[in-house]
Amino acid sequence: MESLDLTVVWAAIIGFSVMAYVVMDGFDLGIGILFPTFKVGEERDQAMNAIAPVWDGNETWLVMGGGGLLAAFPLAYAILLPATYPLMIAMLLGLVFRGVAFEFRWRDPRHRAVWDVSFAAGSVVAALAQGITLGAILQGVRVENDAYAGGWLDWLSPFSLLTGVAVAIGYALLGACWLVWKTEGAGQRHARRLALPLGIATLAALAAVSAATPFLDYDYWRRWFEMPGVILTAQVPLLVVLAAATFFWSLRRGRERLPFLMALGLFLLGFVGLGISMYPYVVPQAVTIWDAAAPYESQIFMLVGALVIIPLILAYTAWSYWVFRGKVGTHGYH
Amino acid sequence: MLEQLDAVMLARIQFAFTISFHFIFPAFSIGLASYLMVLEGLWLKTGEEVYHRLFRYWLKIFAVTFGMGVVSGIVMSYQIGTNWSVFSQKAGPVIGPLMAYEVLTAFFLEAGFLGVMLFGMNKVGKGLHFFATVMVALGTLISATWIISVNSWMQTPVGFAVNDKGQFVPAGSWWPIVFNPSFPYRLVHTVIAAYLTTAFVVGAVGAWHLLKDRADPGARKMFSMAMWMAALVAPVQIAAGDAHGLNTLEHQPVKVLAMEGDYAPSPDGAPLILFGLPDDAAAEVRYEVSIPKLGSLILKHDPDAPLPGLTDYPREDWPPVAVVFWSFRIMVAIGFAMLGLGLWSLLARYRRRLYDWPLLHRAAIAMGPSGFVAVIAGWVTTEVGRQPWTVYGLLRTAESHSPIAAPAIAASLTAFVIVYFAVFGAGTWYILKLMGRPPEPGESLPPQVPQRAAGITPAAGVGAPAGKE
Repeated sequence: MESLDLTVVWAAIIGFSVMAYVVMDGFDLGIGILFPTFKVGEERDQAMNAIAPVWDGNETWLVMGGGGLLAAFPLAYAILLPATYPLMIAMLLGLVFRGVAFEFRWRDPRHRAVWDVSFAAGSVVAALAQGITLGAILQGVRVENDAYAGGWLDWLSPFSLLTGVAVAIGYALLGACWLVWKTEGAGQRHARRLALPLGIATLAALAAVSAATPFLDYDYWRRWFEMPGVILTAQVPLLVVLAAATFFWSLRRGRERLPFLMALGLFLLGFVGLGISMYPYVVPQAVTIWDAAAPYESQIFMLVGALVIIPLILAYTAWSYWVFRGKVGTHGYH
Repeated sequence: MLEQLDAVMLARIQFAFTISFHFIFPAFSIGLASYLMVLEGLWLKTGEEVYHRLFRYWLKIFAVTFGMGVVSGIVMSYQIGTNWSVFSQKAGPVIGPLMAYEVLTAFFLEAGFLGVMLFGMNKVGKGLHFFATVMVALGTLISATWIISVNSWMQTPVGFAVNDKGQFVPAGSWWPIVFNPSFPYRLVHTVIAAYLTTAFVVGAVGAWHLLKDRADPGARKMFSMAMWMAALVAPVQIAAGDAHGLNTLEHQPVKVLAMEGDYAPSPDGAPLILFGLPDDAAAEVRYEVSIPKLGSLILKHDPDAPLPGLTDYPREDWPPVAVVFWSFRIMVAIGFAMLGLGLWSLLARYRRRLYDWPLLHRAAIAMGPSGFVAVIAGWVTTEVGRQPWTVYGLLRTAESHSPIAAPAIAASLTAFVIVYFAVFGAGTWYILKLMGRPPEPGESLPPQVPQRAAGITPAAGVGAPAGKE
């Protein structure tokens, strides 16, 4: 059994959870970011209904990522969370505001404006915090004696702020494309108008982050540009160009589904790029997945549960999205 | 006082605040899920409309409560890493998988059955709907089981080895870790506490509506059910608490001595200190009011049994005695007040005045929130009482916290306090508004508008082909 490296399996499960989270909560955070640009009334209700059935299912992947990291890679959890402390707190508080807004906004029409603001602000804060966290991890954290050794504002740098803005813009693009798919009428036209500049901005942000990453201190340069790896890594930017071209083409042609799928494709490619930059480190240049791994007994105990339950969750998720296919209305989902 | 507000103390306050706030919701939703199961079961069995009415009434309140429990629970899964990173790293291989199982079972519950329970009433058959309700109730109990197992392992750690990195790792089988010595006692005590908490909320709501209309069938039914719970379960809880206390005396004697305020050893049998002011510096309880020998009678079931005192243990292993001493008394006093109300209700039943005794109803309203107070006081007793350790006897709290500077923790604590009071204050207000309305015939279901505490909801899905409501 030892020949199957459970550490790699768990790295894959957690990577998958994080990606599932980014892909799924990305578009509903994005709709929160764009929320203030929608007209009070029908447009906002429609936007809210487009994500209401799925948002908290999406968000549970975040708990899975955090819980899984503690269980499978306790050392990484113990280094990364203190290193990004204020970001984590801000993200959690943002998600609290946003989460209750879904419920309270319909229960209390007199204060709907207040909950709309908390929905939008919570979404912006959560998205920025996640993006800045990504940059903070990529640029590296100070580790001494298996513990975080930096200050509580070490994460703050031009690079991390860049990744923060990039992720927020990317989420907004996903949100706009989701609305193009799921709504119709004035709301859809509005989303379509937003999608074009957001697409351009996302590509610019992706380019800026990609250009900056190899110039960080570490060996990202070597990973990306040295032979023979470059033959493989060069496919990533090529695919990005392809996906971007398809995105703009499909948006011009008035397609409804393809823009969202292409925007998702951009995120997936970004994720693959991250994998190339980081693997097998979980804290870049300091801690590999094997350094951080929990012992075999812990990994195998958890794996049994995960292998049974994660497929069930995925099946339910797929069913739920299938059930809510088609356009949404304005009076709750029917 | 101020100089004690270092990073560790701030981190402890923050954890205490976020987990106390969080636990209020599950304490209610665990009990309410089971209550809903009973109501629906009785409705299916007897066909009486009043059960159906009450089921729908409490279902709406359950939806809001569960939502807030989920949102405040997400915070908890990150609190351990942000503020207690050293603990996470060292204990992660043992507690991590248990917590991961909690997440996985909660996932399953949310994804599978909560949606059907909340929104599927008219969409699936009665039997299938009841099955969903049963699974939700079971799911809340499974969730509680994992979390209590984690907490109990931290209190009574067994079945582990320490590896070369200084981490606690499973020594072999997971059974002794999951079913560690304090786990069964703590689980029973906690779950009954959740049931009692819910019963007193239900009783208070029933009493409130009885005061306005003593003929209201829904109010009569829920008040009667709640008072049965008070009369029958409060004594069980006192017995369970006693057993839990004996278990604690065996594994964590210092905690029990702090609860009792026993500084000095009692070779000839310990008194029961009723009240007094514990003074750690002088190692005595000032202005003590006590009953001789009763302490030993309760703890050892023998009035002359000797008991040690706190002074038998090194002072650096003492918890803050005054906090534990008082929180324990608050919990016990509420427990006996609950029993008292339960007995009063039996008297009222005997005199056929259960629905016709305004003073009883007012007392029940006053006792409505008492379960929450008792639950929090109980957790304060056990958690402050196990200080100064996070893994009892092995890892000190002072050596468990993250390398984060005090100002950062103070700032985040402030943010949590403001946000929680604003957000959960609003939620509590909505719940009280729902409770202020009496249950009516043809009670509506939770609104079909997006109010989605409930995971990916196939329920709404089931409703999709049925068209507009």
